[in-house]
Amino acid sequence: MEFGTSGKLSEDGIHLDMDRLKKGEVNLGTSIMAITFKDGVILGADSRTTTGAYIANRVTDKLTRVHDTIWCCRSGSAADTQAVADIVQYQLGLFAMNSGKPPTTQTAASIFQEICYANKDKLSAGLIIAGWDERHGGQVYSIPLGGSLHKQPYAIGGSGSTYIYGFCDANWKEGMEEADAVNFVKEALKEAIKWDGSSGGVIRMVVLTAKGADRHLYLPDTDYKIRHT
Amino acid sequence: MTSIGTGYDLANSIFSPDGRNFQVEYAVKAVENGGTSIGIRCKEGVVLAVEKVVASKLLKPGANKRIATVDRHIGVVYSGMVPDGRHFVDRARDEARSWRDTFKTPIPTADLASRMGGYMQAYTLYQSVRPFGITAIVGGFDSELEAPVDGEVGRGPSVGAGGKNPDKKHGGPFLYMIEPSGLYWGYYGAATGKGRQAAKAELEKLDLKGGADMSLLEAVKEAARIIHVAHDDSNDKEFELEMSWISGADGPTKGRHVEVPKEIREEAERLAKELLQDSSDEDNDKSSDKMEE
Repeated sequence: MEFGTSGKLSEDGIHLDMDRLKKGEVNLGTSIMAITFKDGVILGADSRTTTGAYIANRVTDKLTRVHDTIWCCRSGSAADTQAVADIVQYQLGLFAMNSGKPPTTQTAASIFQEICYANKDKLSAGLIIAGWDERHGGQVYSIPLGGSLHKQPYAIGGSGSTYIYGFCDANWKEGMEEADAVNFVKEALKEAIKWDGSSGGVIRMVVLTAKGADRHLYLPDTDYKIRHT
Repeated sequence: MTSIGTGYDLANSIFSPDGRNFQVEYAVKAVENGGTSIGIRCKEGVVLAVEKVVASKLLKPGANKRIATVDRHIGVVYSGMVPDGRHFVDRARDEARSWRDTFKTPIPTADLASRMGGYMQAYTLYQSVRPFGITAIVGGFDSELEAPVDGEVGRGPSVGAGGKNPDKKHGGPFLYMIEPSGLYWGYYGAATGKGRQAAKAELEKLDLKGGADMSLLEAVKEAARIIHVAHDDSNDKEFELEMSWISGADGPTKGRHVEVPKEIREEAERLAKELLQDSSDEDNDKSSDKMEE
């Protein structure tokens, strides 16, 4: 189903459409982010998936692997973003086999972008691609709704991100140590979860460095203080 | 209808009982009649050169190019049937273009060689086609720099590339040769066509893999000399030398595949002729030595 002409255009030129999602569609009303730090990148996300007001999944994993040290944060339609990530994972696997070396984050980001741009009318997918490769180190790319590609030192996305623009601007530093970087992501997401109704649940993170991928999990029961495995 | 031979050479896709594909071997014969092509890989870049036998005095000198650019950083030269070579180049350009479309980055030379090797191989399989009558030499320089994604606006943030290994080098010069069978290997120095034997002998004398590497300019001079050495004066009188080169970003071509500038080519050719003259003088001296007693 394509987007119809639902909603209404008000006098001030603002188009308001409460029914933008397809009927019954599962939405990742989300808080996601990815940052670069001294040794690589960290991706972080909340875990809430909603269908309208109902929480369809409270422990969702929005951090998806597309290659060993290239991952993405998904926001928007769960179905759309999973489908896109699946395609990219296949492409990168093929690329690695054919060329005999792991793909770069740029390669991954441009495959994502190609799909998001070519199908922009049909998709609702806001993605953050983050990865580590030997040549470029840690990199973060953001692909918002229209399918444009932005290389950034850090990126935030999803409905919860609106509440933490100021926090991130004030607290993100270039070349942070891993512990500080993990703490920064955690504090930012805690804030997003606190204020955003459609974000919540646990905090998940993935740390990507030369050593590979390392998963973190923090539960609200302990105020996100203890790292679980 | 007369029947000559075993019949195993009548079509692609049929092996002879001893495991040969005669059509491919005939294609190699076509290559062996073509003007000599060579490629030299040195640390600073790659040089491609070809001996263009002048088929007619009515052809405008320098007008008909035999070395083609496939992508900014990759060049191709070939010996054998020129129209087959043109088609090969067309296909190589398509491959380079489609790589850029999907990956937003220039195609690595190794990947282009692999794609084109696969393409040539496919022409040895089917009844409806014949193998390519060329052997192609593919030279390229994969950027040693961190390139932005193709079409990226601006340079992106300078901060935030953590966890890099600054000592590790990337990219560099590459040289491949693809034969009618689809076989391809990477080379330090490659030669094909009429004068390949002489050219290979000369290439082997050069120190191309040692630590003491020759400069790109020296490689240009050697390429000119080798094409002159490999040229057979008795059969083809006239020939034109065409040369191209590719350096890294800090070299003379700034990572692009371009024709060697006229002045440098002419100087290299002058030196080549001079050296050839000297060695033939020496030969004459030796023979006169023998005559004395």
